[in-house]
Amino acid sequence: MAGVIARRARKQRIFRWTVLIVLGVFFVLPFVAMIEFSTRDPGTWPLLVNWPELSERYPALAEGITNSLLQAALTAVLMLVLLVPTAVWVRLRLPKLRRLVEFICLLPLTIPAIVLVVGLAPVYAWVTYFLGGSSLTLVFAYTVLVLPYAYRAIDTGLSAIDVKTLAEAARSLGAGWGTVMWRVVLPNIRSAVLSAAFLTVALVLGEFTIASLLNRTNLQVAINFLGKSSATMSVAVSLTALLLAFVLLLLLSLLGERRRKSLKESA
Amino acid sequence: MAEVAATAPQTVARRPRLRGVTSLLGTVPFFAYVTIFLVIPTLVVVIGAFAGNDGGVSLDSIRALGNDVILDAFGRSIALSAISALVGAVLGALLAYALVTAKPEGVLRRTVTAAAGVLAQFGGVTLAFAFLATIGLSGFVTVWLQDTFAIDLYENGVWLFELPGLTLVYTYFQIPLMVIVFLPALDGIRPQWREATESLGGTTWQYWTRVAGPLLAPAFLGSTLLLFANSFSAYATAAALVSQGSPLVPLQIRGALTSEVVLGQQNLGKAMALGMVVVVAVVMALYTLLQKRTSKWLG
Repeated sequence: MAGVIARRARKQRIFRWTVLIVLGVFFVLPFVAMIEFSTRDPGTWPLLVNWPELSERYPALAEGITNSLLQAALTAVLMLVLLVPTAVWVRLRLPKLRRLVEFICLLPLTIPAIVLVVGLAPVYAWVTYFLGGSSLTLVFAYTVLVLPYAYRAIDTGLSAIDVKTLAEAARSLGAGWGTVMWRVVLPNIRSAVLSAAFLTVALVLGEFTIASLLNRTNLQVAINFLGKSSATMSVAVSLTALLLAFVLLLLLSLLGERRRKSLKESA
Repeated sequence: MAEVAATAPQTVARRPRLRGVTSLLGTVPFFAYVTIFLVIPTLVVVIGAFAGNDGGVSLDSIRALGNDVILDAFGRSIALSAISALVGAVLGALLAYALVTAKPEGVLRRTVTAAAGVLAQFGGVTLAFAFLATIGLSGFVTVWLQDTFAIDLYENGVWLFELPGLTLVYTYFQIPLMVIVFLPALDGIRPQWREATESLGGTTWQYWTRVAGPLLAPAFLGSTLLLFANSFSAYATAAALVSQGSPLVPLQIRGALTSEVVLGQQNLGKAMALGMVVVVAVVMALYTLLQKRTSKWLG
């Protein structure tokens, strides 16, 4: 029996490493290729870190980068302002509405972005009429796009604490709703809020569909546009954007792991 | 005084309802927002698909979906999604199984799961450019194969910008997604089941075809459906790679949105969008059904 188990363990080890190496090559190769491709012209990387020069040579790209960073920050803020008070409020006062809020928040998962854009086009005609055609108005659509991911993160955070008791305790000590939200609930769901914000930033930095079809600019639209004239530069920017998103998402998974660990320890 | 006493119980009785109304006020910003930016766009698509050009109800747009060009686009979209979902599901399941045989809390498993979580989100323009740098006409692999082995990747035409190329590129985000959604099901398989099979004289082959296989089948099918929906709704990757023609439904919708609209077909884009929603909804409903079965068997 021991021989059988040892033989199976060896077989599994061979299988494991074969699969990992073959798929590993498939997944690493594009990154190696991007590095090789973007260093063919030695001037590419120095230019990318030289902001004044970059914005002069590729104004559209610089605009796209600035837009995307602003969009990411504003979307994260709008998402939190919209979602956190509502989620807390529904838990405290309107438990019957929780299913409805959850359903609405998860709805964008079943509506492809390309479909949403068809319906958003007339809405954005009004947005342009009232607020102008700035690329920052995309923040409204992006907040809807990140709703499912942000809601899940925040809902998990709220489930882990006893919102009701905390809020009642604070209220009985004379705190107003603003104080309850800002100084009692928020510090307790800090890591959930951080997860939601990270996911939002990562998703917004990668968004292309809505921006390009509503004729607005962001990083991805700029990269796509640049690809037609300077392939090397666009690959270099792609790689940078990717690495940035990867770092964000890896931090996110580390955050989740730490939370799980601390939960395990306290249990 | 007597008057006050008489009205007092009434106010007490009225308060809860009043409280309910003020409570609802707290959710107004949220509901107003999702109405404008989520509910109205959805209604625009659904109602628009059934609206005539004069504003009345009409089935013209829906009927126009029967047009050969659009039917072909739907066919190609479904074929691309199905093939990339199947390839992604098989390879992703193999990778997930490789992870399950490793140490549960080991570095290998944790690293690969974290990487899969990140790579599953990797799509769109940057992914298209990554593959252009790899197997584009002057890509790293293309040039290397040409120089060292004199192999021309594109001997029979440039397939990167067509369905075979798109399938390959889509596989890149499908495999990691499969790992994430299939791993929990594999974790539900207990080693005791294998031991039980063996003590009853079963072989490895019998274990996989009679025990583990049937148990994992709903999870595998469900995950494949999720992968299908994932690539069916993808737009950016295809938009960045395909510049000629509109072989897929999302690209047809782009055409309907950006080009001059043919007179009498203003709502065709909405009808196609509705068609996409229907396909995704059916697939996701089946997925939920299979997911329930999975959590019952392997939860």
